[in-house]
Amino acid sequence: MSIINDRLFGIHDDALQLQERSLKLRAENIANADTPGYKAREMSFDRAMEAALQSNSAPGGAGRLATSDPRQMAGVSSSSIREGYSVPDQPALDGNTVDLDQERVGYTQDVIGYQTTLSFLNSKVSGIKKALGGQ
Amino acid sequence: MSLYDVFSISSSAMAAQSTRLNTTASNLANANVDASSPEEAYRARQPVFQTVLEANGGRGVKVAGITESQAQPVQKHDPGNPLADENGYVYGSNVNPVEEMVNMLSASRTYQTNVQVMDTTKQLAMRTLQLGQGQ
Repeated sequence: MSIINDRLFGIHDDALQLQERSLKLRAENIANADTPGYKAREMSFDRAMEAALQSNSAPGGAGRLATSDPRQMAGVSSSSIREGYSVPDQPALDGNTVDLDQERVGYTQDVIGYQTTLSFLNSKVSGIKKALGGQ
Repeated sequence: MSLYDVFSISSSAMAAQSTRLNTTASNLANANVDASSPEEAYRARQPVFQTVLEANGGRGVKVAGITESQAQPVQKHDPGNPLADENGYVYGSNVNPVEEMVNMLSASRTYQTNVQVMDTTKQLAMRTLQLGQGQ
């Protein structure tokens, strides 16, 4: 069954993990919208995805969890995801750099991305199901 | 799973914002309370937010403490008031109602945003759980 071994879900399982991570960062920023001195953080999805894809081509390479058996799945290691501080348009006087509107927009984008990835995964699963059903 | 972390992050923010709403309510309720000395006069209370690193690595919010406003209480000449001192002065609270209204609006908006984040995250988590169940 080469289709299973050759990463059944393609890039989508990595994408889901990265999007989840980004959603968490957005939630943190929104939660700390009124905390003095808080610096908003974000991650570049493009760069994180690129890193995940590069490490895909080299199994056991940097950024992937080590596996001791070829049947194990190597997830994206969380330490490989680089997070940065966002550059504020207008920082608040108390040192807080959260732009609530920007975070809400970013959150909505992440949610849509997550749902898109979910529907890709769903169609993969239903494709496999159909193949197994033989109809 | 990062999605679950969002719940604790958002709920910590909701708890902090409701503390802020509580202090605003008590400030507004006591805005017209008079006292017979400046020391006894009601002083506006404000919560101080602080970022807290949670066990799951998420960065939530907590109320680090409640501070009292250092503004001078309003001195009013009102000899007929039973609380008046020997010179006929009473001391009103230093609550600024306009400031409190702004605080209330800001707290309720941030609270709402956090509720929305939690709600959307719940939907995403439910969809993820139903992955592959459709056709």
